[in-house]
Amino acid sequence: MNSSVGSDAAVLRVEDLHKRYGSEEVLCGVSFSLAKGETMVVIGPSGTGKSTLLRCINHLTPPDHGRVWLERTEISHHRANLNRIRAQIGFVFQDFNLFSHLTALGNVRIAPMKVRGMSRRDATALAMEELERVGLAAKADAYPAELSGGQQQRVSIARALAMAPKLILFDEPTSALDPELIGEVLDVMMGLARDGMTMLVVSHEMGFARSVADEIVFMEHGRIVEQGPPARMFTAPEHPRTAEFLRKISELYGESDE
Amino acid sequence: MPLRSSGQTREVRIIDSFVAIGRYVPMLLRASLINIELLFALILIGFFVGTLVALCQVYGGRLLGTIAGIYEWVFRSVPALVLLFLFYFGPSQFGLYISSFLAASLALGFRSSAYQSQIFRGAIQSIASGQMMAARSLGMSRPRAIRTVILPQAFRLAIPGWSNEFSSVVKDTTLAYAVGLNEIMRSARIIYDRQYQLAMPALIGVALVFLVMTYAGNGLLGGIERRFRIPGLQMPGQGREGELIRRK
Repeated sequence: MNSSVGSDAAVLRVEDLHKRYGSEEVLCGVSFSLAKGETMVVIGPSGTGKSTLLRCINHLTPPDHGRVWLERTEISHHRANLNRIRAQIGFVFQDFNLFSHLTALGNVRIAPMKVRGMSRRDATALAMEELERVGLAAKADAYPAELSGGQQQRVSIARALAMAPKLILFDEPTSALDPELIGEVLDVMMGLARDGMTMLVVSHEMGFARSVADEIVFMEHGRIVEQGPPARMFTAPEHPRTAEFLRKISELYGESDE
Repeated sequence: MPLRSSGQTREVRIIDSFVAIGRYVPMLLRASLINIELLFALILIGFFVGTLVALCQVYGGRLLGTIAGIYEWVFRSVPALVLLFLFYFGPSQFGLYISSFLAASLALGFRSSAYQSQIFRGAIQSIASGQMMAARSLGMSRPRAIRTVILPQAFRLAIPGWSNEFSSVVKDTTLAYAVGLNEIMRSARIIYDRQYQLAMPALIGVALVFLVMTYAGNGLLGGIERRFRIPGLQMPGQGREGELIRRK
């Protein structure tokens, strides 16, 4: 058996990831893989390690045990060049984390300049393109504090896109937003999914999950309880906990059937 | 009455002394240039060393953090005059000659660096941890993230506290008088050693020079603060929220 070599198409592969904070085990053996162009949505009650999972993938939080590959590069290898790998994985945070001293343009252009060594001129052109893609070219000179939450999150998506990532990790990208601002962010994300971006999304936006996810993962207590395509997960989940959680979430978010 | 007449002569003498100081004004102003030079030297030392000490304390781990902590403790605890004498006379014990300007720059510069490090440390620590995380997620190394994301924000936050330290070290430059530097305080002393009646006007002249220097310095720093203010981002106490706080 050669289980440690993934299929060529897998952009991300996670194997038996464990993470413990003190006596609390947050991740207890999570494994999955994500093919190129796939969108996977992770759902589950709060405190079940979804955000920790994302941070363990690009080693913003080093996992205690387990292995992670980005294509053929092992991120969890002790000699892995983490900075180089992280530059290929976009990360979109719940609370945006835009650099508050830089304009929208500055935020998007800084990593191409400082990490990729791109000239200021090329980086500016690239950043304007990405801002255009999220519909915010007109706000290029605005500072984060002058933008709405939805606009800030779209800038942060543009910031991730400017590094031409192989994969983008979204950590509850709409949870910090006012309800009327969620749509504009989801629209951008749906566009990315349709354009073939590989995405791993922690979110409770069921409408988004239903319309663009290739796979839904239900996590609880640091474990994957069940995973499958949305059609099956929504209509005929195998595990009673999945059904219960999905029902609660639908009630809470008042999601209407399509 | 002898009493009244002596009072009158004293008044005359005071007025005369203020007139007489006139010819010493160029000398005092020239000497004040030494204070300005010393100020530049010690503020530069204080800024760079202070930043380094703050970075060691926040990011340096246990060993560097402890060393930085001891450094900061020593230079904040030992009186400035003692530091000056230690730096001026200390090296000569080992046959090293050190100019009074260099000794004063180092002693007062290191002392200021200890205070500045605490201003910078507070500013660095008040920056949300998400800023560092976002920078690292884009592939920046930690030193690069500190340079391009953390410090530019921290220095902005540090300006008000730093202005305070600046006003304090401007005045500290007169302490260099104790190691024989020909700065303004020593010049004043030379004047009134020669003519004791000139003590008051000479010292008032020194006071005026510092009033002007502090005023100019604070004006400059206020300008820098305004120049680098981040649009839309309000410091506590500014803007509408601040108005509510101030109004109570």
